[in-house]
Amino acid sequence: MDLKLKIWRQKNASDKGKMVNYDMKNVSPDMSFLEMLDVLNNELIEKGEEPVAFDHDCREGICGMCSLQINGRPHGPDTAITTCQLHMRKFKDGDTIYIEPFRSKAFPVIKDLIVDRSSFDRIQHAGGYISVNTSGNTQDANAIPVNKDDADKAFDAATCIGCGACVAACKNSSAMLFVSAKVSQFALLPQGQIERKTRAENMVAQMDAEGFGACTNTGACAAECPKEISLTNIARLNREFLKSKFG
Amino acid sequence: MNIGDNFPAKLPEGPIANKWTSYKDHINLVNPANKRLIDVIVVGTGLAGGSAAATLAELGYNVKAFCFQDSPRRAHSIAAQGGINAAKNYQGDGDSVYRLFYDTVKGGDYRSREENVYRLAEVSANIIDQCVAQGVPFAREYGGLLDNRSFGGVLVSRTFYAKGQTGQQLLLGAYSAMNRQISRGKIKMYNRHEMVELVMVDGKARGIIARDLVTGELERHSAHAVVIASGGYGNVFFLSTNAMGSNVSATWKIHKKGAWFANPCYTQIHPTCIPVSGDHQSKLTLMSESLRNDGRIWVPKKKEDVEAIRAGKLKPTQIAEEDRDYYLERRYPAFGNLVPRDVASRAAKERCDAGFGVNATGEAVYLDFAAAIERYGKEQAHIKGMDENDMDLVRSLGKEVIKTKYGNLFQMYEKIVDDNPYETPMMIYPAVHYTMGGTWVDYNLMSTIPGCFVIGEANFSDHGANRLGASALMQGLADGYFVLPYTIGDYLASDIRTGKIPTDSKEFDEAEKSVRDQLEKLINNKGTKSVDYFHKKLGKVMWDKVGMARNAKGLKEAIDEIKAIREEFYKDVKIPGSINEYNEELAKAGRVADFLELGELFAKDALHREESCGGHFREEFQTPEGEAKRDPKFQYVAAWEYKGEPSKAVLHKEELKYENIEVKERSYK
Repeated sequence: MDLKLKIWRQKNASDKGKMVNYDMKNVSPDMSFLEMLDVLNNELIEKGEEPVAFDHDCREGICGMCSLQINGRPHGPDTAITTCQLHMRKFKDGDTIYIEPFRSKAFPVIKDLIVDRSSFDRIQHAGGYISVNTSGNTQDANAIPVNKDDADKAFDAATCIGCGACVAACKNSSAMLFVSAKVSQFALLPQGQIERKTRAENMVAQMDAEGFGACTNTGACAAECPKEISLTNIARLNREFLKSKFG
Repeated sequence: MNIGDNFPAKLPEGPIANKWTSYKDHINLVNPANKRLIDVIVVGTGLAGGSAAATLAELGYNVKAFCFQDSPRRAHSIAAQGGINAAKNYQGDGDSVYRLFYDTVKGGDYRSREENVYRLAEVSANIIDQCVAQGVPFAREYGGLLDNRSFGGVLVSRTFYAKGQTGQQLLLGAYSAMNRQISRGKIKMYNRHEMVELVMVDGKARGIIARDLVTGELERHSAHAVVIASGGYGNVFFLSTNAMGSNVSATWKIHKKGAWFANPCYTQIHPTCIPVSGDHQSKLTLMSESLRNDGRIWVPKKKEDVEAIRAGKLKPTQIAEEDRDYYLERRYPAFGNLVPRDVASRAAKERCDAGFGVNATGEAVYLDFAAAIERYGKEQAHIKGMDENDMDLVRSLGKEVIKTKYGNLFQMYEKIVDDNPYETPMMIYPAVHYTMGGTWVDYNLMSTIPGCFVIGEANFSDHGANRLGASALMQGLADGYFVLPYTIGDYLASDIRTGKIPTDSKEFDEAEKSVRDQLEKLINNKGTKSVDYFHKKLGKVMWDKVGMARNAKGLKEAIDEIKAIREEFYKDVKIPGSINEYNEELAKAGRVADFLELGELFAKDALHREESCGGHFREEFQTPEGEAKRDPKFQYVAAWEYKGEPSKAVLHKEELKYENIEVKERSYK
């Protein structure tokens, strides 16, 4: 199939940037979206033009490195997948596809479609861990039984890949779903109880300091999350945060 | 020459079960106050690098950690699916440290070191304790205790798992331990940085040159020791299950500075991957080995059925039970679908080469869950007191069970192939997955360069010629959490009075200049072809002639062809943009340049090893039944020393001794 691409090009962080048109011919429906961009880039290189910079690594939907706002949606038109898992069979011959970086004040553009998500790392530094030494001198793993239901819920929250789609989907650029996933994972497990209060408090403080917006419970984040992290985690984060202040 | 002559492997004496404990009791330690005076660089933040960085920082060393991704959490360990082995014997099915040790040595086809493997088995149980304490959400049973499953090549259930995302959960555990140290200022993290050279001062590793991938600038970083945890080199094949950025450059740079490279030809071809769909393909996706717990592998018995399937006239579900060849169950009744990876891969290739492949390219076999869905469904119907003969009900209950076990894998398959694996069997084919070979290290995990340590997949030490499933996660974390943090002290104890290593020395000047020269040579090359063109060309030679089955003729051709591609690369590669900016093509060019050298050494190693063992299969050396035929003459580690170019590499042999395991015919029948 033949496609018209409109891609955001921005040389570096200080460049103003603009949308540029590209025509793609003979795209196979079995290609992944990123493979389609690979083909475009090889054509550009051989023509002596600069390829389009985009983040990607594992190409199987788990590392969280790929991003892209495709036709206005983070990770494109399909649900519960990342951009690298999106295949061209989701598009039709003659389609025009808009490809932009994830947009948020807390995710500044580095080049073209690449954004800086180190704000997510800094939120994790503020409390996304259990303070246990890695000496191996802990108690036997089965000495801490965990109710299966809680363990499963903690696992579901822990599957967050930190891609930032939640932020890109949110009209307020809120990072609540991301933060709530980590806070929930530990709040649900016995191992996480000791630092429960400080964790919620510190991670939320860092989230605010990074310039993410407030949550207005629109739910766009959960709708676009490639790992289907549930909104109930945000409700839990709110409870954890209130408890840390008044509990 | 044996390595023992000049480069002692430092293997401890005494009974195997006491070696590690007694060794730890006698090595040098660095006191806590002195650790503050010592800097350590860690390159790579996967399970090995992440856990090492966190633990070293916790012990008090000043750590600088580097990753080329935008966050340490993205290292490719994240993609490991199935599980992690540990000799916990929670299932009471006869597991023990010795049995895990035995299975790993046998699984590696008697080509790994007894001492290293025993230590690995010994610390394995601790890993699970540690990870649970960190809040890693492993799968649990209703009683609240940890669940296990079984993996290939073993007769017990010792694999701990978190659905099909075990690597992700373990890596996030290591990442969280790193974050704790980053927040304390004990780890300085360098994201989007790539190590491009090792710096040696007075014969010791004293730092690295790193390139900031955002600005393109070269940076000097000094330390008292350098730890390489940069993973494997499967991407030398272009198509593999590795991440796009996975590369050999860090280990290749140290190889060129004097670190010996061991057993480069030992590569794991994983039997269950999604088959190639076309020329545009950029990577291959693994379907976890855990699926072989419940999936049965087969091809049709009759050629006419194969033809009809390829023509789209017949569906696999329409083929009668008696017309299916469950070839693993037929050939290996004791282990069935759970034979080790090398055996399963070769068996798939054998059937496909014989013309029984079930897709258009003839390179695919079925992995079928219908039987498991029915079995689980009946069990559920029985538990719930429902009608066990209502097949629609049974199947829908069974699908739910399969979904809770492998849901994300089934979803991944469906998104890529556009086919529903709950209704029709998956199609799979072997693909390059893991490299057992790597930098030669001693018992301390130090390379032949003093002060340069290599851990995780990047070293050669624990898996011999074939790695068992769920053992890579075990080794990465064992090295990083529990082995290196002890053994590195033995080396650093003599460095407590050295003081900070200056970066304005002539050694740093020279290292930086050599990197700059290479970058300029690449960027100013007025060629016509992209980096990918050469990488794909190399990959094709590797897969066709140095892949699942190798022979002397093909290997000799490969060596010449790789050399020719390398020459063409330097003549004709075209890299857009400039050095001092974000330039992925330039970074990729550096990596492919290294693959083009490694590929040749890889083929040379495969040519010299005139036997078949584990993942290394030489067509000239097989039993009448087509199984790998080992030769006791080759019971050694082949460690190659760099001498200017791959063809001139000098071979050193470390003889392997088996005192606690009887070397036998490796049979899974």
